[in-house]
Amino acid sequence: MTTLSREETDALIAEVLEVYPEKAQKDRAKHLATNDQTVEQSKKCITSNRKSLPGVMTIRGCAYAGSKGVVWGPIKDMIHISHGPVGCGQYSRAGRRNYYVGTTGVDTFGTMNFTSDFQEKDIVFGGDKKLAKLIEEVEQLFPLHKGISVQSECPIGLIGDDIESVSKKAAAAIDKPVVPVRCEGFRGVSQSLGHHIANDAIRDWVLDKRDGAAFESTPYDVAIIGDYNIGGDAWATRILLEEMGLRVVAQWSGDGTIAEMMNTPKVKLNLLHCYRSMNYISRHMEEKYGIPYLEYNFFGPTKIIESLRKIAAFFDDSVKEKTEAVIARYKPMMDEIIAKYKPRLEGKKVMLYVGGLRPRHVIGAYEDLGMEVIGTGYEFGHNDDYDRTIKEMGDATLLYDDVTGFELEEFVKRLKPDMVGSGIKEKYIFQKMGIPLRQMHSWDYSGPYHGYDGFAIFARDMDIALSNPTFKNLTPPWKKVAAEEVKKAA
Amino acid sequence: MAKLRQCAIYGKGGIGKSTTTQNLVAALAESGKKVMIVGCDPKADSTRLILHSKAQTTVMHLAAEAGSVEDLELEDVLSVGFGGIKCVESGGPEPGVGCAGRGVITAINFLEEEGAYDEDLDFVFYDVLGDVVCGGFAMPIRENKAQEIYIVCSGEMMAMYAANNIAKGIVKYANSGSVRLAGLICNSRNTDREDELIMALASRLGTTMIHFVPRDNAVQHAEIRRMTMVEYDPKHKQSDEYRQLANKIVNNTNFVIPTPIEMEELEELLMEFGIMEAEDESIVGQTAAELAA
Repeated sequence: MTTLSREETDALIAEVLEVYPEKAQKDRAKHLATNDQTVEQSKKCITSNRKSLPGVMTIRGCAYAGSKGVVWGPIKDMIHISHGPVGCGQYSRAGRRNYYVGTTGVDTFGTMNFTSDFQEKDIVFGGDKKLAKLIEEVEQLFPLHKGISVQSECPIGLIGDDIESVSKKAAAAIDKPVVPVRCEGFRGVSQSLGHHIANDAIRDWVLDKRDGAAFESTPYDVAIIGDYNIGGDAWATRILLEEMGLRVVAQWSGDGTIAEMMNTPKVKLNLLHCYRSMNYISRHMEEKYGIPYLEYNFFGPTKIIESLRKIAAFFDDSVKEKTEAVIARYKPMMDEIIAKYKPRLEGKKVMLYVGGLRPRHVIGAYEDLGMEVIGTGYEFGHNDDYDRTIKEMGDATLLYDDVTGFELEEFVKRLKPDMVGSGIKEKYIFQKMGIPLRQMHSWDYSGPYHGYDGFAIFARDMDIALSNPTFKNLTPPWKKVAAEEVKKAA
Repeated sequence: MAKLRQCAIYGKGGIGKSTTTQNLVAALAESGKKVMIVGCDPKADSTRLILHSKAQTTVMHLAAEAGSVEDLELEDVLSVGFGGIKCVESGGPEPGVGCAGRGVITAINFLEEEGAYDEDLDFVFYDVLGDVVCGGFAMPIRENKAQEIYIVCSGEMMAMYAANNIAKGIVKYANSGSVRLAGLICNSRNTDREDELIMALASRLGTTMIHFVPRDNAVQHAEIRRMTMVEYDPKHKQSDEYRQLANKIVNNTNFVIPTPIEMEELEELLMEFGIMEAEDESIVGQTAAELAA
């Protein structure tokens, strides 16, 4: 399978769109594009962050998912209350592999579900009293928690529960932060608004709580922003930063604590990995505290080395020297991995469809293994994400925003990639089509994929998927004869 | 046994819906009809004149106490008052919290499931909060609920605006179900040519003014005693007014899909009757200072 030319990719998009009714066709056409590296602003070729069309299959989540599931949930020493009926919290409980260190139920609460379990009477009479009672009980049962966030489910916004006043009162009573978050699921077009709302809640209720307090600062203080420690990603990242001579004051928010967040305004540099979900708080800290932020990419040795040097450039020569030593030390390990896997993976083609940063950040890691990403897209990206993607993707490759089930299937059928990197909803569809799929949200229960340590696992996992003999045996034995006869006849 | 007739009373807040409904229902009961009142207002003041009580304990309050609405029995929420009238209040939260609309939905579903609408009843009257602010307060006019809507209004501008808006709401449900506008009840405020005005409005809406209830202080005297007119003073002429209204409703067959009018048409009507003055377009958006200059 050779890569398509620009004209062929344009034609493919047009052909896939053909089955839609006129109005849907017009709308979806804006979300599909043939990549053109010469374009400076993605808004000239692709539209994003718009309402999904009814009737198509989108895999987007909601604002509650963005706030509770992504931004707040991993803060391990807080209790995150899913305020509303039981389902939102229960069916997302421990759904994201945000690893953390601690004793669950004692000093950390990451995989637990706390909910106000709304009943009819709570809708009719309001849930404020129940919330106050719940916080009281949480304080009694889990005295070592360091704070509470109230994650609003849809009904809270509909009935206008005053969670702010309950939170203020409760915070005074238990002498710990209680943060109301207005992340009702119906707000916005995807989980993206939930990230923004969650960032704003941190800004308004957490970030400035230690302003002016004593802090033993060093010139090397940094914070990891937007790393959710999926399968231990943030740990693999932290090791490298510490080896560079930096002090990691905070992890936002994988394996993170509320105290770390409050100390973050004291750092010298914010290191931003997931731009989509935490650019808001990074910009805020830049404006209010004058802390610059730097976007980096810890997937694959090429991008890691680039990023390490970019980060080191902010600091003195001692850091720069240590950074070069880190790069040199890991080089043999990386060379060995590439020597082992590249011959098996070279030339293989990948199509991605993921969430916040991975549709662009993992491209380099695939390229390090000699693979090529021929199509990518974001579930809930904005145009600033696509601005950053255009240069990473090859010319005339395919970009698809909030892609529908039908479109992605058709694109895969036509482009015939060797593997797809996406999520659980896509996994079995494509595997039944005979194409290996690696989950790029959860690392398919593997990981970490960040940092040098992560790359070793990433390379192994891609090899496991691509070299799996299963996919050569998709035709059952009793159909093999027939299939061969057809082949002979043709 | 005649078919159960379900009626809902709507109208601008404070127009006298609850008072009119209870007096009318008392008159119906007096004539031997079996009637139930379902109060759909968190204030729960739709049955006090029948029960001689301050406020009936509501479905939702009982449900909250018991844990959930499934824990209730019909007899817990049903009270019987004057003339054997069955009374239920849906209930709801105090102002400013929760969702009163959901309370109405929950309570009405409960009544249906528990078989409150039994075969012996001739009439059910829903007394609904002034403005149909959300889906919950439209519950009584949805499929298989009230089929006749009576709008209480007076010759005041805002009451007529409200009546027209309610008619718009009925159209929405009338097109998909069997709900129909059954008439306007004029609860007089003693404005000029009030009866003519309401008759004119009724004909524009495609219906009739079913009755003109004159203003009489005796109604207030009865209210202070938490009684309806026919119970407090059955010989009073105002009691006869309610009997007439009741009788007209019993014999009413004029159920229509209303034809609500445009704002301009309504304003023209109000101007015709001297309730509203013609608008002077030249003064729109001018401050007092500008006008003085």
